[in-house]
Formats: sequence, C-alpha cells, structure tokens
Amino acid sequence: MTWNPAPRIEEKLEKILKAYPDKRAACLPALFLAQDELGWVPDDVMVWVSEKLGMPKSQVEGVATFYTMFNKKQVGKYHLELCTNISCSLCGAEQVLHALEDELGIKVKQTTEDGMFTLHEVECLATCGMGPAMQVGEVIYEELTPEKVPAIIAELRKKG
Amino acid sequence: MELYLTRHFGKPEAKTLAGYEKLGGFRTARKALTMKPEEIVAQVKAANLRGRGGAGFPAGVKWGFLPDNGRPRYLVVNADEGEPGTFKDRRLMEQDPFQLLEGILITCHAIRAKTAYIYVRGELITAARTLDAAIEEMRAKRYLGQRCMGTPVELDIFVHRGAGAYICGEETALLNSLEGKRGEPRLKPPFPAVAGAFADPTIVNNVETISAVPHIIEKGGAWFAGLGVEGDGGVRIFGVSGHVRKPGLYERPVGYNLRQLILEDCGGIRGGNQLKGVIPGGSSTPVLLPSEIDVPLSIAGLQAAGTMIGSAAIIVFDETTCVVRAMWRLARFYHHESCGQCTPCRDGCGWIEDILTRIENGRGTRADLETLEKTARGMSGTTICPLADACSMPTLAFLRKFRSEFEEHIEKQACPHGNRFVAPWEVK
Repeated sequence: MTWNPAPRIEEKLEKILKAYPDKRAACLPALFLAQDELGWVPDDVMVWVSEKLGMPKSQVEGVATFYTMFNKKQVGKYHLELCTNISCSLCGAEQVLHALEDELGIKVKQTTEDGMFTLHEVECLATCGMGPAMQVGEVIYEELTPEKVPAIIAELRKKG
Repeated sequence: MELYLTRHFGKPEAKTLAGYEKLGGFRTARKALTMKPEEIVAQVKAANLRGRGGAGFPAGVKWGFLPDNGRPRYLVVNADEGEPGTFKDRRLMEQDPFQLLEGILITCHAIRAKTAYIYVRGELITAARTLDAAIEEMRAKRYLGQRCMGTPVELDIFVHRGAGAYICGEETALLNSLEGKRGEPRLKPPFPAVAGAFADPTIVNNVETISAVPHIIEKGGAWFAGLGVEGDGGVRIFGVSGHVRKPGLYERPVGYNLRQLILEDCGGIRGGNQLKGVIPGGSSTPVLLPSEIDVPLSIAGLQAAGTMIGSAAIIVFDETTCVVRAMWRLARFYHHESCGQCTPCRDGCGWIEDILTRIENGRGTRADLETLEKTARGMSGTTICPLADACSMPTLAFLRKFRSEFEEHIEKQACPHGNRFVAPWEVK
C-alpha cells in the first residue's frame, strides 16, 4: 500500500525535485516531508517515495534505516534528544539524563505511556560551548542542569 | 582585535538582506562578479586559505583541480557540522547567513558553477531555515537566478538537509547522501573535483572556508595571508568547550597560542581546578597534556605537537575527569557512526568500545590494554575513509598519556571516579 498525502505535500515534492538533476536525490527530502506530517516513516511512505522517485523500495528502506533522524517507530509528541557526547558530558549531561528519566518515569529509548515523551541520547548537537544541550523538535535547550529538568517537562506537559 | 568572520554575531539585522547590505554586505560580491574567475582563484591561492572542516587542504589549490570538460560544475558547501566539540558552522549559518551566501556567490563565479548545494546537518534545523529564508530573499531580489545582480553570472543555491549521520561530513559520503543514497564514503580517486556530485566536477568546501572568501576578495589575498602564519593564512573560529570559565567561540588569527586562549581568553579552568588535558581539534585529534599546550594554533604548529588542528574545536577537561570514561564515550560514538563498509572500522570501533566498557566497569584485565592498543593500531590507514583513524588516534593518545589511569581502573577493578565523567565530590 502506498501513502496518499495531501496535494500540498505532492506540490512541495514537485518543487523540491527541481533542485536536482536526478530525482533520486530527493530521497531524503521526501522522507522528511512524510515524517513532518506523520512523525515517523511507516512502510507505506517507503512505497510512496519509491514510486515518486523511481527507486526500488528496498533502496529507499536502505536509505531510511541508514540515517538516525528517520523514525522507524512512532515517537512521542515531544521527542527529547539529549546530547551526551564529550563536551556535554563534561558539563554534566549524564546527570541531566538521569534527571529526565526520573522525571518522565521511563528509561532512555522509551516512550511515556501517554505517548507524550520519547527520550533519546543523541550525538553532538553542535552547541558544545553551551552544553549540556537537548533538542526537542525545533527548540534547543542549553546549559541544562538536573535542577532545570522538572520545569521544562512541566512546561511541555502544560502545552500538551 | 578586529573581527571578520564573527563581526555580525548578535546583530539580528544581519539576518535580512537589507540589513546585511546596510552593514556593507554584497559590496564585495558586486565587485567579484565583474572580476575574471582566474583573478578570484589567484587571490584565494595567495590568501593561503586552508580548509576549515578538518583536512586543511588549501582551498585555492583545490579549485584549480577542476577539469575543463564542458560538464556542469557544482559547489557543495559542507555544513554537516558533527565532529564532537565543533560548533562554529551552526553559528555562522544562524547568525550571519548572508556572509556564507555572499561567499558562495563569489566562489561559484570563480569556479564557474551554476548550482550550489549547502548540505546542512539534519539536526541543525534553525540553520537550514535561516539559510532557506535568506536564499528566498536573494532570489526575490535577483541576486540569484539567470543574471545574478544584473551580471551575466548564473547561479542558484539549494539547502539540502542531512538526516543524522556523522559520516556524511566526509566529503564523498556527503555527495552520496546528496544524491539520495546511504552516506557511505567512496573510494578515491576519482576525487570530487573530477567526479563529484552526480558524477560531475564538484568542489566541496566547509562553511567557514567559504565564509572567509568575501573578506579575502574585499581586502586581498596577501592581507589575509598576513594575518596567519606561513602557508596557513587568516583567522579561524576556535570553539572552546568543557571545563573553562568562559566557553564559547573565539575568532583569533591562525598561529594564536593555545595556552593563552585557554588560560587567559577563556578565563582559565573552572573553580580554580587543575587542567588535565586538552583535545585541540575536535574529538578525533590526539589529546595534549597541560605541559604540551604552549603551541601555536596552526596546522603545522599542532602537527609538531603530535596532534592536529582539525576543526579547531578545543575540548578542555580538568582533574575531576575520568579519561577512561571520556574515551569510552568517544568510542561509543565512533562505533555508532561507522558506516559499516570496512571491517577494520566496523569491528574495530566496536572492539574498542567493548574493551573500554569492560575497563570502565571494573572488569578489565592487563591483556585488555594490549588488545586495545593492537586493535587501534590495526585499524589505522586500512579503510576507505578516515573514520577508523578518528577512533584509533585519540584511543592511542589517551592510552599513552594517561596509562596509569587505565591501569588504576584495572588494579582496583573499579572506576576511581565512581563511573561518572566528572567526579561529583570535586565539581565546583
């Protein structure tokens, strides 16, 4: 089965295709388009991309599974991605991770039962001078401490 | 000291085309578009501008490798900033997008490319959005398109987002990723200048490299060269992170003293603690001991100190740090990011991570240290790209310079820091 997106998505893809001499180059942007809509890239999206770009589905899957940002499983409404690489950990990211786990009642790589939060460790977010850093969608939190965690989670819960 | 690359940081007006022009922007591009491409290349060659992404190849020389075969040419800007400790390109794109775009305009004219792609790391969403908005403004004002700024020069610029793969910072992996493939590095030759994006001649340059181009054309290659040291010109943005009092980005001339940067400009070590080590050029570069940091920050200066300037990302750690845990975390990173094509990297990074996990968790043996060293040595230089070396080099340096701490973990069958990066009883 193939994904059947809204016409505006198809239009966006048409515009993206103009940027490249080979339409297969739109594989990553096409997967992002779908993920922005659905929150992840289910099987029917792979079919859609393969049909649109004239690539075998296996190749699309190979691409989608190579890159960590494509969610192969559904994630919570708020996807908390905490950097625990060297600069952030030097400044206490491990302690922040434990504080997040305690606050959310889940372990890393898990999603809360209400589907609100998924917690992941990520690699360097390129804001090393302001670590520990966490990305949630398009928002980045910097200079985190375990003490700041409850307020951040409470604010996201309130936003719903 | 006068600032060039970071002079617009913190000025919101620089993020609009009108505001950037008010600050003097695009005057150099206007001049450059009337210059002969060869003249621009000659200035950049004279500037001794070395690649800012890590490899340090002279940019002007690279531009000269493009064959004249009538094929389309591409400029691909490597904005896949992912080397742990590095955070300059994100800020260059977010704080001064038009400086980079002006650099692209000039560079594309110099290398006769009609299409440029900016490959922005997937995680850097704000940077990608900022650039997209800036490009739209340029298109609307006909600074891009068939006749850029009213000249016969034709150019369009596209932002292409990565999707979370450190290896795509390697230029041939980046090109595969741009083409919609898995980001696996290619065998070289052919080099991208001959067969790069879509098998056509392509120049791949780092964000900071291209951001320096307008300054070189404005003030001249000789001026830029004179700011730095012999064969390594200009200024660079040093990103300092870790246990200094004032971490952040510091624009300094090439050749600036590392010790002065850390102990004076960055305010020294937090809490008055003792310095334990400095990783001078991003997580892949061999660590320096406190006794080794009185060195000039240049490609040759750090090479003489047995390490590398890399992406000029300086990671500082103090006496409270567990170096075994620090190296274990890096090994875990490289293992995760290995693309898996080459056995020495795919397995070697995993072995290093496994052994370090064992040592850090109090189950290491003396033989583990030998295996660690043998594995790291065996990986080096045996793979398609340098990711294996990026794991092997810091492992060997940590092991050599902090051997007693590895041995202490093994003798005590425990991490003396209580399995933490920084011992909590000493954090100030």
